[in-house]
Amino acid sequence: MADRATTPPARVEEVVSPGGIRAYLVTERSIPFLSLALHFQAGAVYDPPERAGLAYMTAGLLDEGAGPYASQAFRRELEDNAIRLAFDADLDGFTATLKTLTATREHAFELLRLALLEPRFDPEPVERIRAQILAELRRRESDPDYVSSRAWFARAFAGHGYGRPVRGTPDSIARIARNELLAVARERLARSELSIGVAGDIGPEELASLLDRTFQGLPDRASKPVVTATEPALGETIVVPMPIPQSIVTFGRTGIPRNDPDYYAATIANYILGGGGFSSRLMEEVREKRGLAYSVYSYLHEARLAPLWLGAVATSNERVAQSIAIVREEVAKLASGEVEERELVDAKTYLTGSFPLRLSTNDQIARMLLGMMVHGLGRRFLEERNGLIEAVGREDLARACRRLYAGELLITVAGRPEGLASTS
Amino acid sequence: MSEAGLIPLTGAVPTAVFHPECFRLANGMEVVVVTNRRAPVVAHYVWYRVGCADSPLGKSGLPHFLEHLMFKGTRTVAPGEFSKIVARNGGNDNAFTSWDFTAYFQTIAKDRLDLVMRLEADRMANLDLSDEHVYPERDVILEERKQRVDNEPQALLGEALQAAQFLHHPYRLPIIGWLHEIASYTREDAIAFYEHWYAPNNAILIVVGDIDAHELRPLAERHYGALPPRAVPQRRRVQEPPQHAARRVELVDPRVRQPQLVRSFLAPSQHADDGGHAAGLEVLVELFGGGTTSRLYRSLVVEQGLAAAAGAGYQPWSLDPTTCRLMASPRPGVPVDRLEAALDAEIAKLLDGGVEEEELERTKGRMLAEAVYARDSLGGVARLFGMALTTGLGIDAIEGWPQRIAAVDRAAVEAAARAVFVPAHSVTGRLLPAEVGADG
Repeated sequence: MADRATTPPARVEEVVSPGGIRAYLVTERSIPFLSLALHFQAGAVYDPPERAGLAYMTAGLLDEGAGPYASQAFRRELEDNAIRLAFDADLDGFTATLKTLTATREHAFELLRLALLEPRFDPEPVERIRAQILAELRRRESDPDYVSSRAWFARAFAGHGYGRPVRGTPDSIARIARNELLAVARERLARSELSIGVAGDIGPEELASLLDRTFQGLPDRASKPVVTATEPALGETIVVPMPIPQSIVTFGRTGIPRNDPDYYAATIANYILGGGGFSSRLMEEVREKRGLAYSVYSYLHEARLAPLWLGAVATSNERVAQSIAIVREEVAKLASGEVEERELVDAKTYLTGSFPLRLSTNDQIARMLLGMMVHGLGRRFLEERNGLIEAVGREDLARACRRLYAGELLITVAGRPEGLASTS
Repeated sequence: MSEAGLIPLTGAVPTAVFHPECFRLANGMEVVVVTNRRAPVVAHYVWYRVGCADSPLGKSGLPHFLEHLMFKGTRTVAPGEFSKIVARNGGNDNAFTSWDFTAYFQTIAKDRLDLVMRLEADRMANLDLSDEHVYPERDVILEERKQRVDNEPQALLGEALQAAQFLHHPYRLPIIGWLHEIASYTREDAIAFYEHWYAPNNAILIVVGDIDAHELRPLAERHYGALPPRAVPQRRRVQEPPQHAARRVELVDPRVRQPQLVRSFLAPSQHADDGGHAAGLEVLVELFGGGTTSRLYRSLVVEQGLAAAAGAGYQPWSLDPTTCRLMASPRPGVPVDRLEAALDAEIAKLLDGGVEEEELERTKGRMLAEAVYARDSLGGVARLFGMALTTGLGIDAIEGWPQRIAAVDRAAVEAAARAVFVPAHSVTGRLLPAEVGADG
């Protein structure tokens, strides 16, 4: 595996346009299209408390009419030209993805520019997207995965922006006004907040010129509230009653920041506990040995203001208490840092060997490049990353295990778990 | 991969897309290779021509159970080790089952292809199951069913709809199986099914990535070519009688907050297409309900403001006749009855007024242009060929797709609409909250 671990999977260029817009680029000419991913530090956490869902609703409307094109005309420009443009919002980010054939590239970037700079927010699409979000919220009320995860964030971050639902509430969505949507587009989507990744059939000069034309009109600086770092409230078990045969459990605790020196050791620790599919301890104990669940997994959630380690398991109501006990036991066991040499070696060979698999399509590469810029990992990250995994020693791993797993969990359960009640 | 690819909207329609190389091993196993050299990676798939529509009577979903058990060890690989060996070599692996096929795959560095081919060939012939691994896995399937179906009212409605659509054909069975039949699976059931269907002459090897047929052939011959062929039965399924009665299924559940309306029609597949309507239907469904400029979305969602979402879906790859579905979800406060009346009116308008040349050309142009994106994903390409080859089609079904779509004219689309949108062949499904009843 050593040779693969040091071979750069793709050549990354840092493109800086004459106007000063930065992007990471991988040129890949074999298929005549490109994928772009972009991120503004402008997500749901910046929504006013009584306007939860504002960024999400704005994202839903940017591609619903802009510049000279009313909603249906704009959608036609996209669909008739096989241009895929979509906006989204999560806790930290306001994001977009663009995919276009080479033949329609100029037009695709022009539509992106119009969506960012001249969104119309006409009454019909505003009411339509509002109705769609309200319908989505109602559907999610009966989705136990959503209910369980929502309960986790609401309890962990009560009083902080991270505790509010990204997609809002029926009440907040009903109240959002056109001028508030317009303000998100005008004030939050600024050059200072922007990161861009591009992969596909385009060279650096061609991209530089498109970057200027597309993004130069954005304001230099954003106007948005100051948000502060926080930590999740841990220790409780909370049951949200739902009339379903199987309980959905969300568990988690404080994670490790993306730019922390222990991040790679934490990646290995999570792989061993619950990130490694059929190779993980949780999968072995919960599913393979006891048949308690179809899915059980964990991951590092790189939220900027409160990094998290999160996981989930789904088990029939009668047996779910046993699954939770096993999760607690395995977390406690790994907190001691006791890891077999074999587990460390296996984690490293998987994490390094599978890295190129995560870079096999233009969409994947664009997303990876975007992540590199958002997290400040540098242009050479693709070459360096496997070395960073390889460099994790036993002591590093033990320290990361202690930091990740020594302490209390917050557990939320949606369902009718037997023998389990909320702790407060 | 250096040719210009599909030209969007104007220009010549290509006569090939992926340029696969195909050959057959002496034992009857088919092989398809698609070369894509952009990374030193391969996607390795083995497909079996057997799926949940071939479940033994009273054992619905057994093929899916066997799919899980294929990870439970052979004479030389310990239970659970398969995926761990793949992971230790930097690869990802999994499997999936549908009505017509069961497939296993690994994505891995090219220099590990030999290893995964050895492992996959081993479990094709040497599965070795013990009770202590079979029965906990049956519990896993029960949990999988609860997670995917029993916890979700929408999935329960989908099951009822499918079972009502097919009066007789085994497509009426849920892929994962009925709960009480899952509970009845035995180790012997699984082994009998495995011995019946799993043989090289009933399997297809598909490799996509940094490899060509010249490189793959010796590996394929060494690992799969060594396995003896066996007599594998024809897939004989009871066939659907003529349908004369429109059906309605309604799931009223206190868990439901957002109602939904689905209209399913019995439809030809590309393989089972006596009337020659499959290609016309593919274009029709895109024109009528694909995306946000389609007729259904424009009328029900934008212009009338009755629906939050509306669309249509049709997948032409199926061994026997399949379904085409229209769906709509009402905006808050809109009764489902009113939405259903609007859906009926759009169907009537289509049947009475036909389609416009301009909307047809736009639809076809978009479908052909979008096809370029399909070349980007190794696994996606392997899945296209696998689905075609396990549903009675050849590689020309994929390579000839652009020509097939380009040839669809107004008459073909309108004929497909008349042949498929027949009330007597339909099931209407409604998902309703308990507290407000049928008014949605």
